[in-house]
Parts: sequence; C-alpha cells; structure tokens
Amino acid sequence: MTVTRAEVCVTACAEAWRGDGEVLAAAMGTCSILGARLARLTFEPALLTTDGGALLTAEPIPLGAEAGAVEGGLPFRDHLWLVAAGRRHVMMGASQIDPYGNTNISAIGDWERPKSQLLGARGAPGNTRCNPTSYWIPRHSPRVFVERVDFVSGIGTDRGAFDLRRVVTDLGVFDFAGPDGTMRLVSVHPGVTVDEIVAATGFELAVAGDMPPTRAPTDEELRLLREFLDPRALRDREVPT
Amino acid sequence: MTAPAKVMSIDEIVGSLASGMTIGIGGWGSRRKPMALVRAICRSSLTDLTVISYGGPDVGLLCAYGKLRRVIAPFVTLDSIALEPHFRAARRSGSIAFTEYDEGMFMFGLYAAAHRLPFLPTRAGLGSDVMRVNPDLRTVRSPYDDGEELVAMPALSMDVALVHMNRADARGNARYLGPDPYLDDLFVKAATTASYVSCERLVDTADLLEDGHVQSLLISRVHVTGVTETPRGAHFTTCEPDHDRDEAFQREYVKAAADPAEWEAFRRRYLDGDEKAYQEATQ
Repeated sequence: MTVTRAEVCVTACAEAWRGDGEVLAAAMGTCSILGARLARLTFEPALLTTDGGALLTAEPIPLGAEAGAVEGGLPFRDHLWLVAAGRRHVMMGASQIDPYGNTNISAIGDWERPKSQLLGARGAPGNTRCNPTSYWIPRHSPRVFVERVDFVSGIGTDRGAFDLRRVVTDLGVFDFAGPDGTMRLVSVHPGVTVDEIVAATGFELAVAGDMPPTRAPTDEELRLLREFLDPRALRDREVPT
Repeated sequence: MTAPAKVMSIDEIVGSLASGMTIGIGGWGSRRKPMALVRAICRSSLTDLTVISYGGPDVGLLCAYGKLRRVIAPFVTLDSIALEPHFRAARRSGSIAFTEYDEGMFMFGLYAAAHRLPFLPTRAGLGSDVMRVNPDLRTVRSPYDDGEELVAMPALSMDVALVHMNRADARGNARYLGPDPYLDDLFVKAATTASYVSCERLVDTADLLEDGHVQSLLISRVHVTGVTETPRGAHFTTCEPDHDRDEAFQREYVKAAADPAEWEAFRRRYLDGDEKAYQEATQ
C-alpha cells in the first residue's frame, strides 16, 4: 500500500497531541481534524474531540458525520473558558508565520487599510497566550513562511507565547527549539528534501544535521483513516498527492 | 394584571433606532443572526452606526449598504466560506473604521458591559498586535501577590442589542433550541437603551418551555424591550433546529458581492422589498 503525503500529514498532526492527556484537541483544517480524531482513536484516548460544531462526541467520528452519542456540549463560551484555563491544545492555520512563530490571520498589508482583509484575530491572541498551540499549514511556501508577519494575531516565542509546540506542513515538521526559540526543522516528509524545505521558507531555518523522515502511518492508522475517519479521502483535496 | 406585552413589528423596532448609535448584534459568524432586523436596517435611512458583533453577514450587509462608521469585532466570517466579501471590500476601501479584538477579550468586554463594570482583566491580547492597533487599550497590574500584568478589556458598551432566538413569548422571554447560546444573553444585558429579540415563533408563556430544560430560557423579559416574530428571520444563517444555513444562497450572496452589476441585481431581486418579499424570493 502506497502511503500518500496527506496520510503522512495526518499522522504528523496526530503526533502533536501525543502525551496531552485529558484536554480538548481543537483542530482547524482537514488533516488537523483527522489527526486529532486519529490520536484519540489510537495513542491518546483521553483527548476530547468535537463534531466540528458545539458537541463533544462520545467517540471520534468520521469527517462530516453526525455527532452520534454525545458526552458534552461545547458552546463557544466554553471554548474560551478552556483557553483561559489552558485545558486545550489548539492546532490552527496561519496565512503568515515568522521564525518565532508569530502568526497572522488578520490582514495582509498595512492593517489600517489592508491589501487583503483576512478573518481577523479570532482567538489567536488568547490561544497563543493561554493554551498550547500548534499549527497546520497545508501549503508550505515563502509567502507563508516570512521574515516578518504583517500583523501579529498569534504570538510567538519572542512575545510571550504560552507553549508553541509544533508546526506541521505538507513538507515537514518543525518545532521552536532553534536558537532563541526560533523555528527548527524536526523531520522531513518522505519524498521531500531539506533543500526543498529551505527554498520554500522565507527565513533562515535551523536545521540540525541529518534529518530523519517523518514517520509513516502504521497499518492500523491507515486502516482507521481510510476505512473509518475519511473514506471519501477529503484529505487528498487539502494535500494533493 | 399581566406582564406587559412587547410585541412589535420589524419596522417599529428599526424605527426606534437612531443614526450614530452603537448596536450589538448576537449570533456568531454565519449563525443565528437577526437577519430580518439587519435587512430592515439596510432598507432604512439609518447611518453612521457602530456595530459590535462576532461578525458574519450581518456586518457584511451593513457594510454593503454603507450603514457603518465602525465595526468592533474579533473576526468577520461566513463560516463555511471563510471570508466576508463586503467587509473585505469596506476594509480595502477604508470606508469603515475597525476595532479588532481577540474573541476571548471580546467576551470579557461583553461581560464587563453586562455587569456595568468599566473593564475586566484578561491575558488574551497580551503581546499581540491587537494592542498596537488599539492604542487606547490599557493594562492593569494584579493588586495581589502575583502582581501579574493583564489587559484591562474595556466594557463593550452598546445602546441597543439585537438577537434572534428560536422561541419567545410576548413578554420578551426567549429560548434557544440549538447547541450554542453564543453570547446572546450578554448582548441583551449589555444594552443600555433597548434590547430587541426576533424569534422564529412567538408562543404563549405557558408553552415556552415545552419539554425542555429551564436552562434553554436564555433571555429574560427583564432585559428585553421588544419582541417580533420573524419566521426564517435568521436566513441565510443557521437557526438550528428550525432551519440550517442556506449554503446555496450564501454562495450566491458571495458570488454577487464580487461584481457591482451582479450585486445590484441581487439587491433588486432579494433585498429591496420588505421581509415578506425577501422570504418569498428566497423560498
């Protein structure tokens, strides 16, 4: 069985929640959502996951499925409560990210009159200040990985981030254990070279010697992903093979 | 003697508003927005409004009609479509001022306003550019041994609140039936002049609870000035379980927003008439 890039991304996202125990795994983006549910189905069974809306499902459910049995409600105000209490590990997206993990989802260009208005800060400032945060970025490019972000929505290691864990992209996995809390390459997805990643990154990336490949999904993880969580392979739309 | 009846028409509610007011709008993104009231504001002569909202197409439509001086929001989104086209255009053109907060800061701002407090402390926002673009924001140091520096999130004070609920009675008590109350109770408590509830269905007080739990009675008449029945009044946003989001119509809205001629046609077809005409055109 050939493992696709999207499947490597899903397990790399799942790994972000390893060891977290009984916290909410809040996920944004297809591979990130699948990763949270896969982690809960396998090595991190105490995680809480949602139906994509305000329901905490009794068990992880397939992408887009009805909630089925529910173990709790999670209205937005309770999300914000979990943020404040730190009982949540969120994996967000970012339109721009800098070497310290500052991220922008607010606006491109001058904030006063932006070239492109994006979502707005949403929960990014509070998330990054109060609970563990990771990022899932499906298109690793120099337009996203920039020396300076136009607006700091999510704060980085140089601005008092609570706990920036890792960044997963379609090319590799990164953490913030580089010099002065900067981004460091941790593993390279199978079929990708370090040079490709460096070329796709608009700032100097810490790369420590020989880089291991990102681990492949296990047979059981592949089965759960393909047959249960995402039988329509929506993951391939986010990360084309 | 009975409690006062507060049933009003959409036009009576919008007629009570004044240009220059600060209006809080409940719901969240493209979810349970009081769209019938928003549409009526768009048709009115009101102008120069400030809107406080977990923004969705309410903010977008008001931008499209040039009703706004300022938007106070942590985001503006259509949920299933990430970005709101009219809000984006207004930001690009500079036609509106924008006060951008984190969504947790925003909740604390609503709590402060609802409790008539000047501010509440929070960690959300510290270190971010939300502090840079809101130079009036102040921090406060904990007076206790921890001495922690926190954001002093100011009260999101508003003149009027508009929310949409699933059920209400003539007195203004209101119930939600979906999975999330959003922050609608805080909006109606925060408003200093008037709070208005539109609802899918007006029912007798005796039937308000039906088989549900008392916790679903989110809003008490003590905070409500007027109530109006607007079936499918949240359209095209969600109002579970009465109606889901009209995704096809939302896509049409976004597509039309991209082109002035198409938007003109969209307006003529759906928005120029009253709420009854809108409902007929979108069935």
